[in-house]
Amino acid sequence: MNAAVRDEPLFQVRDLHVAFGRHGQVYEAVRGISLQVAPGEVLGIVGESGSGKSVGMLAALGLQPEGATVRGSVRFKGQELVGLPRRELRKLRGSRIGMIFQDPLSSLNPVMTVGAQIAEAVRLHHAGLSKKAALERATELLELVAIPQPDRRLHQYPHEFSGGMRQRVMIAMAVANDPDLLIADEPTTALDVTVQAQIMEVLAGLQDRLKLGLILITHDLGVLAGHADRVAVVYAGQVVEEAGVDELFARPEHPYTRGLIASIPDMARQSERLFSIEGTPPALGKLPGGCAFHPRCSEARAICRQAAPGWKAEGAHRAACHFAFDPAGDAA
Amino acid sequence: MTAVAIPRMTRPRWLTLPMALGLLIVGFWLLATVAAPWMAPYDPLDMVARRLQPPSWEHWLGTDALGRDVLSRTLYGARHSLPIAVAVVAISVTIGAVLGAVSGFVGGFVGSAIMRLVDITLSFPPMLLAMAVAASLGPGLGNATVAMVIVWWPVYARLMRAQVLEVREREHVEAAVAAGATRTRVLTKHILPLCWTPVLISATMDLGQVILLAASLSFIGLGATPPTPEWGSMISEGAAQFYSWWVAFGPGMAILTIVLGFNFIGDGLHDYFDPRSK
Amino acid sequence: MTRYILRRLLAMPFLVLGIITLAFLLTTVTKGDPLTAVVSDRQMNNPEVVAAAKARWGLDRSLPERYAIYVGNLLQGDMGTSFITRRPVAQDVLYRLPATMELVIAAMIVGSTIGISLGVLAAYFRNSPIDHLARFFALFGSSIPVFWLGLALLFVFSVQWGILPGPGRIDARATLPPAVTGFLTIDTLLAGDFRLFLDALWHLVLPAFVLGWAVAGTISRLVRANMLEVMGREFILTARAKGAGELRVVLRHALRNTLVPTLTVIGYSFAYLLTGAVLTETIFSWPGMGSYAVEAARGLDFPAIIGVTIVGGVVFLVTNLLTDIAYVIANPRVRLG
Repeated sequence: MNAAVRDEPLFQVRDLHVAFGRHGQVYEAVRGISLQVAPGEVLGIVGESGSGKSVGMLAALGLQPEGATVRGSVRFKGQELVGLPRRELRKLRGSRIGMIFQDPLSSLNPVMTVGAQIAEAVRLHHAGLSKKAALERATELLELVAIPQPDRRLHQYPHEFSGGMRQRVMIAMAVANDPDLLIADEPTTALDVTVQAQIMEVLAGLQDRLKLGLILITHDLGVLAGHADRVAVVYAGQVVEEAGVDELFARPEHPYTRGLIASIPDMARQSERLFSIEGTPPALGKLPGGCAFHPRCSEARAICRQAAPGWKAEGAHRAACHFAFDPAGDAA
Repeated sequence: MTAVAIPRMTRPRWLTLPMALGLLIVGFWLLATVAAPWMAPYDPLDMVARRLQPPSWEHWLGTDALGRDVLSRTLYGARHSLPIAVAVVAISVTIGAVLGAVSGFVGGFVGSAIMRLVDITLSFPPMLLAMAVAASLGPGLGNATVAMVIVWWPVYARLMRAQVLEVREREHVEAAVAAGATRTRVLTKHILPLCWTPVLISATMDLGQVILLAASLSFIGLGATPPTPEWGSMISEGAAQFYSWWVAFGPGMAILTIVLGFNFIGDGLHDYFDPRSK
Repeated sequence: MTRYILRRLLAMPFLVLGIITLAFLLTTVTKGDPLTAVVSDRQMNNPEVVAAAKARWGLDRSLPERYAIYVGNLLQGDMGTSFITRRPVAQDVLYRLPATMELVIAAMIVGSTIGISLGVLAAYFRNSPIDHLARFFALFGSSIPVFWLGLALLFVFSVQWGILPGPGRIDARATLPPAVTGFLTIDTLLAGDFRLFLDALWHLVLPAFVLGWAVAGTISRLVRANMLEVMGREFILTARAKGAGELRVVLRHALRNTLVPTLTVIGYSFAYLLTGAVLTETIFSWPGMGSYAVEAARGLDFPAIIGVTIVGGVVFLVTNLLTDIAYVIANPRVRLG
């Protein structure tokens, strides 16, 4: 995976907030996320369910749930997306920015053939393209994602495909119009372990071939180890650490990141209980004061309860912990 | 429908705007059923004025072909429509629930036989069956009531049977049987009390439809006989006086409002017990 | 699935027999004397007629024998002779059936269109004023007596504003086209008489609307519920992420997934339409089975009443069966029993 860096980031999120109103109360699911992706770069976003990572990316594209308010800035190739009229956003979705979701069975329309759905993705952004031409392109795309017998498969329905094949179809649909950015929201979570690796291969191959920027959202840090250039760790609606992938694994500075890394099952270490971080993520609206992670942190001190940590950074590596990069405190 | 902006603390959850409206409307007509003599300005059967007068200050809804005050007749009409509807529903629920419960509980040949009867009766378009029965028995509100009961009871039989079948499988029923309770006791004390709610809700929602059916029968001459001020037959008279639109207007609005009222209440009940559909 | 279809088909004859039996029971209760069910009051004094009726229906025999004769006659298509028209009831019904079918089908089209549109709007703009309005419109249709609505609309549109024609299927002075299907709209087209076709169509508008409005309510409620459920599903998000506009999302993705339950409810509402047709035909002087039934009821024309009831029951049975089968075919995952 190359890390081509140019002056202008392909995709830049600055201080994104997503809030819901319920029963008169306001809950923030995303509390100021900032990150960026360079052209051709792979950014991994990792966090537990409910951390706001998915909601944040959906909101960035204007796909936030009904009743949610979005604040902040999201720039794609210099164009501001927040507040962009729906018509303009629609032009970008599916053509310049592609998205794939977690469960390919429920993410595909059960009563439309696979070919029709892919063709639709193409025709939505190429007005005047004939159905025949669109279907030919769909066949090409199915070949691209290594689906055998694409001309036959074109006329089948989603339920006639296996899980892994369905996800390939989703990928084919997402890259149909040669996007610059692909956002994959938990692309392998609903798949068998063996299939997971295959799908990641397909994604990696496409990303390389088409020079895509790729945002990989997952709760499994292990998936990012071999596929991401940089990683952003999200907790309770905020980014808590961000670094190059090797740097992150070698020198995690936030206790949450350390916990995540320790939780990865390691085949080499036998007869050891699986580690998991104590406690559960905070519910919306019930955030602890100070650092949001402090109730679960083994290294918490008094200051963690009182004040929210600011950013500490060393080069391209930053972490939001009072004790990050502190030579005195060390990894557990 | 949305909740009214009444301070949350004083308003119970089920009292939404449509529900309140429904209760008000139905309440009004209940009042009319009882207090018509005091509410109506004139006697409904007397020819008190000139024929076919349009609405005026003396006669808010005008007069009909025989010079009778339409408003008074409309108000008195409630005395015929409402009690009959209640009677039809009450009797149908009783017969239907009993047969349905027996069918669900006892099962076997008897149970199937009852369901066959239910199926056959439900095979007819309700209006046609009611017409056929009412015509065979002869005109009159009594016979019309019998006809309507024959049409409606299968609905409750089916509902009750489904409820009984479901409740029958529950644990506390098994426990009662294991403790040696007689079959009757199991049915009456353990199964039936849990089955009533959907049946009663359904019955309330059906009151409006029964009123419509009764009015329809009267409209074609199979229910009330003249000069009874029943809404359906009044509309029939109004149809004959087509250009004097007010003759049919009173009873028509009466039926519309009361059925709407029952539908609002029914919707409110339905939303209360199954808020998922909001 | 085939087992289900076979089971239902096999049950049909028994249900039809049940209908016939119920009808037979009705003939036995008429005014206490079964003779009155087959001979009109006027003819009671005519010994020839009475004797002929007794022979034809076996009125002097025992109850089971009368039943057998009744069923036998029915299966041969003999439903008795109408008191009013003096013709065989079977002939009358056959003659008037197409008019009712034309009205009911038109009403179904109108009702489905209104119902589906309202349901989709209500679901898409859920809890907004549009939603409330749509639901109220639907509720209104189920609450208003069909015969009164017909009168009111006739008065307003035909008498007051004169934009729609009055009662009847077609201009009374017009010469009817040769009856091919019995459907005036189709027959006029086949005869090439375009002006007459428009006239027939125009006459169909009001009664179809009146009848359809009531059904629209039920349909819209179901469509709304189904649409709400479907719109919450993942593939809707995918469609939006592809860049599809809202209209396309709603129509091509969401609505398509609600088609099956919607079609079934439309099929079942046929029953209600048959019921409502009775009254609508009366108001609009529509010469169909419904007004035939009403005339028969008013005139205590028992053979006609019972004949119509049997035919209505069978038609209803068949429609429900077809709808059930269609549902199972389109959705084999459903277990019915």
